[in-house]
Amino acid sequence: MEIKKAAMAGTLESSDAQVTVEPGDNGIDLSIESSVIHQFGRQIKATVLETLSRLEVTDAKVTVVDKGALDCTLKARVECAVYRSNDITENLPWGGVIR
Amino acid sequence: MINAVGREIPEEILKITGKEPYQGAKAKDNYEFTRGAAKIHAMVDPARSKVVESIRGALEKCGIKDGMTISFHHHFREGDYVVNMVMEEIHKMGIKDLSICATSLGKAHDPIVPMIEDGTVTSIRSSGVRGKIGEAISSGKLKNLAIMCSHGGRVRAVESGEVHIDIAFIGAPSADEYGNLKANGGKSNCGVLSYAMADAQYADKVVAITDTLVPFPNVPASISMTNVDYVVVVDEIGNPAKIATGAAKPTTDMRKLRMADYCTQFVINTPYFKNGFSYQTGVGGASIASTISLAQEMEKRGIRMGFGVGGLTTPMCDLLERGLVDVLVDTQDFDLGAVESIQKHPDRHIEISASEYANPFNKGAYVNKLDFVILAALEVDINFNCNVVVGSDGVITGAQGGHPDTAAGAKCTIVIAPLLQGRIPAVCTNVTTVTTPGETVDVIITDYGIAINPKRQDLVECMKNTKLPIRTIEELRDMAYAIVGEPDPVQFGDRVVGIIEGRDGTIMDVVREIKPYEFKD
Repeated sequence: MEIKKAAMAGTLESSDAQVTVEPGDNGIDLSIESSVIHQFGRQIKATVLETLSRLEVTDAKVTVVDKGALDCTLKARVECAVYRSNDITENLPWGGVIR
Repeated sequence: MINAVGREIPEEILKITGKEPYQGAKAKDNYEFTRGAAKIHAMVDPARSKVVESIRGALEKCGIKDGMTISFHHHFREGDYVVNMVMEEIHKMGIKDLSICATSLGKAHDPIVPMIEDGTVTSIRSSGVRGKIGEAISSGKLKNLAIMCSHGGRVRAVESGEVHIDIAFIGAPSADEYGNLKANGGKSNCGVLSYAMADAQYADKVVAITDTLVPFPNVPASISMTNVDYVVVVDEIGNPAKIATGAAKPTTDMRKLRMADYCTQFVINTPYFKNGFSYQTGVGGASIASTISLAQEMEKRGIRMGFGVGGLTTPMCDLLERGLVDVLVDTQDFDLGAVESIQKHPDRHIEISASEYANPFNKGAYVNKLDFVILAALEVDINFNCNVVVGSDGVITGAQGGHPDTAAGAKCTIVIAPLLQGRIPAVCTNVTTVTTPGETVDVIITDYGIAINPKRQDLVECMKNTKLPIRTIEELRDMAYAIVGEPDPVQFGDRVVGIIEGRDGTIMDVVREIKPYEFKD
């Protein structure tokens, strides 16, 4: 998917993550800030990249501000932000690319 | 060298500190030594006054100079003004290279950080540090190694002469002009002065700082005039609202209530739960809830507690009110209820010294007589080692307190920890830093189940006919990792910034400098 405009999903509450996607043209430019970066930075990065790849997002600036979210939450926030950037808020592909 | 909890203690650190690696909880039993001693200036002339107009004046009379060791107590907790008042004057005088030997330091002492940065303070020994001092130490700003010691370990260091205090500053809620100090009877009452008692005896100079001067004699005194050189009267020694807070509301958190229930069920199914048993617990929500539910079982079964040890809170003092405990022995009061209780029941709520409480190097301390202690922990690993000092970000953020002392002494040491705090698992393969050795920890209670240390087959046997969810510690860890993933070890820099001192003075672990997280690809 193409990132058509800046979009955001999630909150800064404990155990959540706020994910922002913006249009980009030079691959994935990912920045991660996390309250649990030391112990889970590697996994957060892997989860976000895997989710973007599943959604076929190849060019984007992605900012994650994580407050200790579980992987399932991170995935959901990334998916939501990507679809919002395409103004898709209904008829989402549940069971398709959204697993 | 690898110590008895499997931690690598660099040779260089052993050399700098002159310390041995930790060799086991009972390795120093029967250890022989000669106690340290204070240098005394005799008070022969009855006409001489101890009252000094200002802190500055007292510092000058004590002959403060570069390189000295000064001490403080933490009974005023986050409401303390004494440390900052004294340090501000010392800073103004341009004194450098001081060692602070505190019983504990908290967020209230954030103003010390610039004095660490400019070399006024170059060594710190404390039960722990919170807030910005912790960050400063973990960022490598303190020139020398920080020593994190248990309450028993600190008083051991003072009494054995390992640490020699040049000047002790003792905040006293009430004092007379000759230095009889009480923990009550003033504006900022803290209940007891237990942690300051060894300092009063072993420091060369003792300065009492009070905001309430009362007629002589201020008795019964927690600290006697026989040990006090000077008395300074200031406007305020602390913020009463932060010294003794209102009693914490009983928790309504279902996870904590479940853990409290598991804890009570565990306790009553051990052979130690019988008339005259002894018990200590902390201030966490689950600990307080378990005290409340244990009281119900005691009433139901007609079982009385012989003595309770604290760090006390209102729920423990309620046991006294209800006649469920014979005596409380007290080293610190965490809320108003506890401060009031010691004044109301001077016959059964007794102030004890830190040495009586937990010193491994005297001729016997209360912790050795404990049946149960209920503790908390940031992390517990599959060897039952606990970490209560270093946070999941690698920063020093807590205090040993009496954790290792009570764990070593009690017949049944129970650690309560929710399996997950956000994404951080409380049960893990390897704790970031060992503060309390697993050989002294018997039971881990989480909201997902209970693990018993395999060396306590007697306790395993006791729980066979209960409905408690007994798991192995590895099973608890695996449950946690299945939900949050397996955590990576914290990335530290190379430099050692502090040591975790075992209660017997050996090195339990080292704490390294933090560094920014790096992605490794």
